[in-house]
Amino acid sequence: MSWFRKPSSTPLWRDEFSVHTADERYVNRRQFTKFLTLTSFGMLAGNLWIFARSAFHRAPTYPRLAVAAADEIAVGGVKVFSYPTADDPCILVRTGNESYVAYSQKCTHLSCAVYYEKEQNRLECPCHQGFFSVADGSVIQGPPQRALPRVALENKDGQLVAIRMEAESE
Amino acid sequence: MFGMEFYVDPSRCIGCQSCLKACEECDTHRGISMINFDFVDRKESIATAAYVCWHCDEPTCAQVCPADAIKKYEDGIVGSSLKPRCIGCSNCVLACPFGIPKLIPEYEQMMKCDMCYDRTSVGKKPMCATVCPSQALTYVTPETIAATRREKPVNTFWFGNQKITTKVYMMAPADAGDITIDVADYTWEGENELVSQAF
Repeated sequence: MSWFRKPSSTPLWRDEFSVHTADERYVNRRQFTKFLTLTSFGMLAGNLWIFARSAFHRAPTYPRLAVAAADEIAVGGVKVFSYPTADDPCILVRTGNESYVAYSQKCTHLSCAVYYEKEQNRLECPCHQGFFSVADGSVIQGPPQRALPRVALENKDGQLVAIRMEAESE
Repeated sequence: MFGMEFYVDPSRCIGCQSCLKACEECDTHRGISMINFDFVDRKESIATAAYVCWHCDEPTCAQVCPADAIKKYEDGIVGSSLKPRCIGCSNCVLACPFGIPKLIPEYEQMMKCDMCYDRTSVGKKPMCATVCPSQALTYVTPETIAATRREKPVNTFWFGNQKITTKVYMMAPADAGDITIDVADYTWEGENELVSQAF
């Protein structure tokens, strides 16, 4: 039995209803049962692999990166930076005198860049009107299903330092 | 399978009909024989001929089956119709050039010799070949048949211009050279009838 029909001058029905059992292309009960059994073993192996991977998984390490001086941006101001690599745009928002938050700038829907909308105090993705909370990055409305990944910050001697990416809240 | 082939030699048949009785013993068709048994020219002769399905390489019965019920297995055996599929249309009965398939009314399906597939598939001989006292029906290796018989096994048959090759061999005279059997040469019965009707 071959999986794909080879180019043939005989009509399709003659191939499909071959008089030779070896050429039959329809699945019989025994073949189907074999398929189910083998697939189950495949699923088991896949689950074991996932289990092993999670058991030996190490938390990723993040670099420390000075993002901005604490008084560099005004309250309600933003600064765009890259963290943890140069290809990961992030946005820093000063929400109060002493409060700063930073999120990945990639919208979790289709990776458009989100921006801070000061009037509504929320992060907006202009592509499809997805809105995220400034407080914790969770989705307020729109197509995104997952919250924005948050950048953990540390205020060290007046310098805002990104220390790690926090796991998504969902 | 297992290196054995079926050989039919009607010249050895003594008409004991052991093969019919042995075939009837099978539980899948108890009491109904799948052997084709002929009295050859009964008026003139006591000659008989017992033969089984020839298991054609391109089985006409399976090709004409509208229900896809007749299958040729991987070892060359053409089986009886599959019970869930056979619709009892008799296409195979009419199409077989050897007249092998039989529509069994009790079972509402076509049945024919499947060379005792339950036996031959595990290396045993078919029932008829086991009991045949003169070995007119025999199931042995080609080496054995070459060593023990004068006749030559032939498995090419001509029906007019149609060539049919089979799994089962017919034992033909050895001195005839490279022969094939043209069945048309032996269809004299019908001609006689036509002649008798004409007068």
